[in-house]
Amino acid sequence: MDINAFVLFWAAIFTSNILLTNFLGMCSYLSVSREVESSFGLGVAVMFVLTVTAGLNWLVYHYVLVPFGIVYLQYIVFIIVIAAFVQLIELIIERYVPALYYTLGIFLPLITVNCAIFGVSLFMIIRDYNFLQSIAFGAGSGIGWLLAILMLAGIRARLKEKLIPVGLRGAGISLIITGIMALAFIGFSGIVQIQ
Amino acid sequence: MILVILKDIATLCSISGVLAIILVIAHRFLNDYGIVKININGKKDINVKGGNSLLSSLADNKIFIPSACGGRGTCGACKCGITKGGGPLLPTERPLLTKEELITNTRLACQVKVKSDIYINIPENIFNIRKFNSKIVEIIDYTYDIKGVTFKLDAGEKIDFKAGQYIQLITQPYAKMRQSVSRAYSISSKPEEDDRIQLIIRYVPEGICTTWVHQQLKVGDEVSFTGPYGDFFLRDTDADILFVAGGSGKAPIKSILDHLQVVGTQRRMTYFFGARSKKDLYLTEEMKAFESVFEYFRYEPVLSQPKAEDNWDGKTGYVMPFLKETIRDPQNTEAYLCGSPGMIDAVSKALIAAGIAKDKIYFDSFG
Ligand SMILES: Cc1cc2nc3c(=O)[nH]c(=O)nc-3n(C[C@H](O)[C@H](O)[C@H](O)COP(=O)(O)OP(=O)(O)OC[C@H]3O[C@@H](n4cnc5c(N)ncnc54)[C@H](O)[C@@H]3O)c2cc1C
Ligand code: FES
Repeated sequence: MDINAFVLFWAAIFTSNILLTNFLGMCSYLSVSREVESSFGLGVAVMFVLTVTAGLNWLVYHYVLVPFGIVYLQYIVFIIVIAAFVQLIELIIERYVPALYYTLGIFLPLITVNCAIFGVSLFMIIRDYNFLQSIAFGAGSGIGWLLAILMLAGIRARLKEKLIPVGLRGAGISLIITGIMALAFIGFSGIVQIQ
Repeated sequence: MILVILKDIATLCSISGVLAIILVIAHRFLNDYGIVKININGKKDINVKGGNSLLSSLADNKIFIPSACGGRGTCGACKCGITKGGGPLLPTERPLLTKEELITNTRLACQVKVKSDIYINIPENIFNIRKFNSKIVEIIDYTYDIKGVTFKLDAGEKIDFKAGQYIQLITQPYAKMRQSVSRAYSISSKPEEDDRIQLIIRYVPEGICTTWVHQQLKVGDEVSFTGPYGDFFLRDTDADILFVAGGSGKAPIKSILDHLQVVGTQRRMTYFFGARSKKDLYLTEEMKAFESVFEYFRYEPVLSQPKAEDNWDGKTGYVMPFLKETIRDPQNTEAYLCGSPGMIDAVSKALIAAGIAKDKIYFDSFG
């Protein structure tokens, strides 16, 4: 696909936000968005993992899977790479940023099964991005995910003081807010399309 | 065809292998916290390998903090004070700590990881806690579901405990249970017999430890346990005493009475034992016999559902209604309760209603 990496980066954040237009990575988005602080932590972790695994998976795809003719195994291999990398990140965070490790707690391993991360790796193959484009797309999607979860966490923090009908509290109201946020993001889509 | 499949599998394996090696190496370097110091009560330093839980690091150094759930973070028995180090409070600890404990930096030793120097406070009597090896010398069937098991310590070993304390029995793997677990049991024998202990164990259907004790163990078997633990023991005052027990809750109270027989007492004591029907009563003669040993002692078994064939002419129903009429001077009465959480809860409420101060009610909940 012939698209400037820089444009792709911005498009991934705004016009094709991985969460708000593709609805990928919803489960951790809904469960960790109660506090701004931990959402930021998880968002940064997702952004980092997304950027690096997009690059790693691109290399593995083009230098291992294609030459050995096992492209059909890409699902398994991508997941293995993501899982290993998340474990590595977990070890590093536990060692060097313990405060972040304790706020993220059990949510860190959630990144392994975060479909946004797997989705980005698959999109970059389907859309035939080159290495630079893949990194830009990974980083942009990560920032887009971070942006979305931060916005939701901010709104939810304000909602704490508001009266919400019992049946809508928690996931219910979060999904409605997400829908409205997604509508707002559609406004950007005229700028550039990368689908 | 097969060759192609084999080649693909080999490639997949090598990718996984390379990643696994990277992880193992990272684990080695990133999880290596070196040797760290645990300072205990400002007095004693021990050096341990960093990265493990405080509970297991201490156990490796033969300091046994109680851990009724075996370190799963559910029992709250492993609480200890941390004055410095230990990292932030974890979400797994919060539910088991009270407001005061949160302020006073009490933590769960099984959840805190020792990664850098740490300063802790633990009660002095914890140093008394050791691991003991023993041999079963006697098994008595008290009722259809309660056994008294006596463990004799290895030659020359002695256990120093207070009447009322408990030990943690360590099971060995059996049948489908491949792991060993540890469970709390009150000591029913007296502290003066310090080369052996007796436990009174009630069979819990499907229970891991009690099935092992009731169906596997026999005289001559070797068994290990750690102990002694607990702050359920007789306070040294001259207040009147109310003992209330149900089921295997008789164990610590038997120990206390046996001990009082040795040291003598003039305290006024009443012992209510709650059971369903006559077939749940045991050691009745022995307990009744204490009435002639002590000047002021009464043993009152109370049956909640006596059967017709029991020919029961003693007290019936629950113990609660009988408590109030027994209490002479609520200001000067201590209560010692032992048994199921439900029983302890109900009896505590009745005692408080009868005017006994909350801090004079001591209990061991078997829940
Ligand atoms: C301080 C203290 C002192 C105690 N003193 C005594 C004493 O003197 N005598 C005495 O008999 N007991 C005593 N207890 C209780 C004892 O520690 C054990 O809890 C009890 O014996 C049951 O242990 P277990 O391993 O057999 O049962 P567990 O395996 O722990 O099972 C307990 C319960 O859970 C159920 N259960 C287990 N596994 C499952 C599952 N997978 N799914 C659903 N349900 C399950 C069992 O059916 C049972 O009802 C004491 C406890 C404490 C805390
Ligand atoms: S050992 Fe049970 S909570 Fe720590």
